[in-house]
Amino acid sequence: MNNGSDILDYCYISKGTIWHNGAEWFSKEELPFKAFMKAAYQQRGISYPKFFKMDRLSKLAFMASEVMAAQTPFQEETALVFANRASSLDSDRKHQHSIQHKDAFYPSPAVFVYTLPNICLGEISIRHQLFSENSFFIFDSFNVDTLHPYCNHLIATKKAPAVLCGWVDFDTETEYEAFLYLIRNENIPTHYIQQLYEQHHDST
Amino acid sequence: MEAIEQERSGIHPARYIDDQHTASFVTSQIDRELLETRFQELNPSKEYTRLEKILVCSLDSVIKASTLKLDDRVGLIIATTKGNIDVLDTEHPFPKSRAYLPEMARAVADFFAFETEPIVLSNACVSGALAVATAKGYIQQQQFDHVFVVAGDLVTPFTVSGFTSFQAMSDMPCKPYSADRDGITLGEAGACVLVTSDRERTDATSMELVGEASCNDANHISGPSRTGEGLFRSIKKAMTQANITSEELGFISAHGTATVFNDEMESIAFHRAGMSEIPIHSLKGYLGHSLGASSLVELVVGMHSVANNTLFRSLGYEEPGTSHPLAVIETTTPKKITTFMKTASGFGGCNVALVCKQLSNE
Repeated sequence: MNNGSDILDYCYISKGTIWHNGAEWFSKEELPFKAFMKAAYQQRGISYPKFFKMDRLSKLAFMASEVMAAQTPFQEETALVFANRASSLDSDRKHQHSIQHKDAFYPSPAVFVYTLPNICLGEISIRHQLFSENSFFIFDSFNVDTLHPYCNHLIATKKAPAVLCGWVDFDTETEYEAFLYLIRNENIPTHYIQQLYEQHHDST
Repeated sequence: MEAIEQERSGIHPARYIDDQHTASFVTSQIDRELLETRFQELNPSKEYTRLEKILVCSLDSVIKASTLKLDDRVGLIIATTKGNIDVLDTEHPFPKSRAYLPEMARAVADFFAFETEPIVLSNACVSGALAVATAKGYIQQQQFDHVFVVAGDLVTPFTVSGFTSFQAMSDMPCKPYSADRDGITLGEAGACVLVTSDRERTDATSMELVGEASCNDANHISGPSRTGEGLFRSIKKAMTQANITSEELGFISAHGTATVFNDEMESIAFHRAGMSEIPIHSLKGYLGHSLGASSLVELVVGMHSVANNTLFRSLGYEEPGTSHPLAVIETTTPKKITTFMKTASGFGGCNVALVCKQLSNE
């Protein structure tokens, strides 16, 4: 029986705290999201100025993947299969606000480009030079039973040697959550992944 | 299909937001009255948004034709780029919560009483085609026996203002691959297909998906790759899986948005793949660019192209306008076709290629 040790690595971020493989890695609960991300960026010793142009969903996804990549660099064809509930609504609301009033009309391409959830997949692909399969799913809540067969399919058909998979949701300043995990074979039981997620989700 | 066969475009003049904030432009939209009439025939018992009506109408015809019972072996994938984004407008009658894609998906799935949870895929402009590849994956993993894939996107002030701020919109009907192309024409569409492993469920237009691949450019979040890397790799992988040579491809139904950079990028990718001489078209000149729905609509038209043994003209094309020549289809002509490839590319650096083959008569 596989106990899930084939999950190479996982990261969980919520409420100002970042966990790596089950252990708390960084916490700044008192800071607003933007400052929390900047502090984590500095803590990790990252030098990547593009980070500061990203919207909050991309920052969240980027940071989770950075924490993981530090331990195990991704392969060129590692697929990205992400999901969330709020899509890109955080940036969507910002763009809508900029066009809502005819006399205060200031749509910006720098905001509009982030009105797609899969932009964060592009950001991670650029950062790690991943030429790989990308998919962004939307569910009501983290749904391993639907994500997992698709990841297994990518591995079984050799479309990807590994999959960076999980949940990256940014709705509002206080409602955000990331749970990313890296899988590289088809033998990981879904209940193990669900259990890892719930351990963190329920305790935060 | 009739309009495309007669080389008629759905693109028409329109004005969005107001004169001050957007230039005049043209867009291909679904007729409001036609949609309403068609939708009311289905006797809805609740209120639905415009996009939900489009998705329901598209699904309804395919579900009815399939005669499938929607049990736990039947999946539903909804592909959309922006979903009910119009509800974010303060003037919109629906609550803003309807902008959450799971709410939209629930409304559509419950209309037909799907037993399985709807799956939403939102991957920019490749969503529709990627959803078909995803459906095949689920069937191969035996998660489902049949999957309905429906795609839809609207033309809204949200998208119009955004693409205008990018200076990506054309003032004239778009002209894919043409030397004088100057940007996109937004359109809206709904489309639906059934992906199944059951040969008994197929008909004369059904095709086999023999190769499917997607690949990121890893280059830029909004600009096409200068080397066409992601598209090139998607094509290579899909063709290798399909195990056919490019000469065997009857034609390519490409993305062809008619921006200077996208069409140039595609010409580089097709050149690198040795496909410069394969007949190619973009259907954006007929339908506009319907974002996440576009690649599924174009896949469906491609299947009709094969069923009717006809190559459809790439509307809007006049003079060659890419650094690598392409065999753009200039007149609608009869031709025996058994195989074609559908490609799409989108923001976030995503690309997808699907290779479809006519079913053999076994």
